[in-house]
Amino acid sequence: MFDFDPFFDNFDEILNGFAATLRLAAAAAVLSLIIGTLLASFRVSPVPVLRAFGTGYVNVLRNTPLTLVLLMCSLGLNDILALKFSDTTSTSYYWWAVLGLSAYTGAFVCETLRAGVNTVPLGQAEAARSIGLTFTQSLRIIILPQAFRAIIAPLGSVFIAMIKNTTVAAAASYAEVALVTKTIVDKPTFADGVIPLFLGVAIGFLILTLPTGYFFGWLAKRMAVAR
Amino acid sequence: MSKEATVLFDVPGPRARARNMLLTVVVSVVFAAVLTALVWRLDAKGQFEEKLWTPFTKWEVWRGLLLPGLVNTLKAAAVATVLALLFGAVFGLARLSDHWWIRVPAGVVVEFFRGIPLLILIFLAFFVPNKVSPQIAESPFGQAQRISVDYFFSIFGVEINAGVVTVPAFAAVVFGLTMYNGSVLAEVVRAGVLSIPKGQSEAAYSIGLRKNGVMRLVLLPQAVTAMMPAIVSQIVVLLKDTALGFIIAYGELLSAGFRTVPANYHNNVLQAGIIVAIIYIALNMSLSRFATWLERRSRRSRRTQAKTLGAGGPPPVAGVGVTQQSV
Repeated sequence: MFDFDPFFDNFDEILNGFAATLRLAAAAAVLSLIIGTLLASFRVSPVPVLRAFGTGYVNVLRNTPLTLVLLMCSLGLNDILALKFSDTTSTSYYWWAVLGLSAYTGAFVCETLRAGVNTVPLGQAEAARSIGLTFTQSLRIIILPQAFRAIIAPLGSVFIAMIKNTTVAAAASYAEVALVTKTIVDKPTFADGVIPLFLGVAIGFLILTLPTGYFFGWLAKRMAVAR
Repeated sequence: MSKEATVLFDVPGPRARARNMLLTVVVSVVFAAVLTALVWRLDAKGQFEEKLWTPFTKWEVWRGLLLPGLVNTLKAAAVATVLALLFGAVFGLARLSDHWWIRVPAGVVVEFFRGIPLLILIFLAFFVPNKVSPQIAESPFGQAQRISVDYFFSIFGVEINAGVVTVPAFAAVVFGLTMYNGSVLAEVVRAGVLSIPKGQSEAAYSIGLRKNGVMRLVLLPQAVTAMMPAIVSQIVVLLKDTALGFIIAYGELLSAGFRTVPANYHNNVLQAGIIVAIIYIALNMSLSRFATWLERRSRRSRRTQAKTLGAGGPPPVAGVGVTQQSV
């Protein structure tokens, strides 16, 4: 039962799965941060249409299961509407998975950032206005830098959740580690060694998530705004 | 809008109003363009054909597919919520224990299940028992396995046949949701108890209560009101995550609406996705509303305002100032 040979026979496949997970997570981290920042600035902007769009977007994406979001991207937009990123099917699925995961995570980043904007003292915004900064200037130079420093720790939790959520891309036919695990388990030749396999995958994820948590915790302490 | 949002900009003057107007128009035009492009694309792919949309106006589709799916979703969510709350309470309190041999293992369990993806947990429950059970059946633990499945796990539909344990998709989903959300709730419970001012437990100890009484009569009642909103928002997460059952073919709302309906009605994936999304959004938003309402209510109630007298300044001289009751 604790035979590790079958696990190491499939070790390359599992590593490739983790590499695919990392590729998805890294791209989604960057993109979701951009989407989240944009949305948060929409939600505090003076233009009512932008505010309404931000609110609507967050409400829809936050309340839809990620499985459905990713399936709509892969089966709906990629297959049926034929909106493809590339002629290679797997590349196109990858980018749709990145886009779906980022769109979903972006809603959470936006909410975190909005909470961060609320922690910036009123005086900061008033001072920014009184020296004549416009809305965009005060947001860019005064508010957002402080808001970002306040939300490093919660942002870390959002990113950890995102790393774990990459497994859901298995539903959208992206061959990340969960799908690889399932394929290995389904192999008829793979009778023994399921426990080492799951142990390995679990440890792999702990290696990804625990240091991320510690890093963001450390960063939050280092960057904390002294008030 | 929150008041912070409005202090970011002044009350618009004539120039700002003109600029905002212009921005509104530009933004609206961009949205309209994107929407038109999408509609045009949908039309080009024949997605507005009537036969793709009419299934959702038929009662038999709702009665035969969507509603049973919704019932399965709610069933899994309800069972998992109860178990997760139990798990969370036990492990959250265990992490607060004075004995390191309770505290440390509980901490390891909570961190482990919080750190690995829910889908992997569901796969674990779905695939592993089936493969491992024949070997256990031949070992000295075979009898224990048979009895535990027969008398306990059979409640969740787990079956054992000649030593091979089969876990149904429902039980696997419930297991995953319980372990993951239970671990998160354990942290909520721990944080809730820790957030109660120290004076409360000190006072409780000083009137002669034991550890058990302090926790049960003083700390927990205050902590539960404080953590109620966090618990409800975790239940929203749990409800949303039941959709992962789709991947192991548990017949919940997403499977029923997004797999079975398109398979039977001209592959209307987009339409089915929209309908299913609306159901999920309605469900989750009403739960979130409930959480907000709870939060507002608990902020009003006095029971959460556990303040220790004199916590702000230097402690009052004995017998002086104790009369100031918190209202």
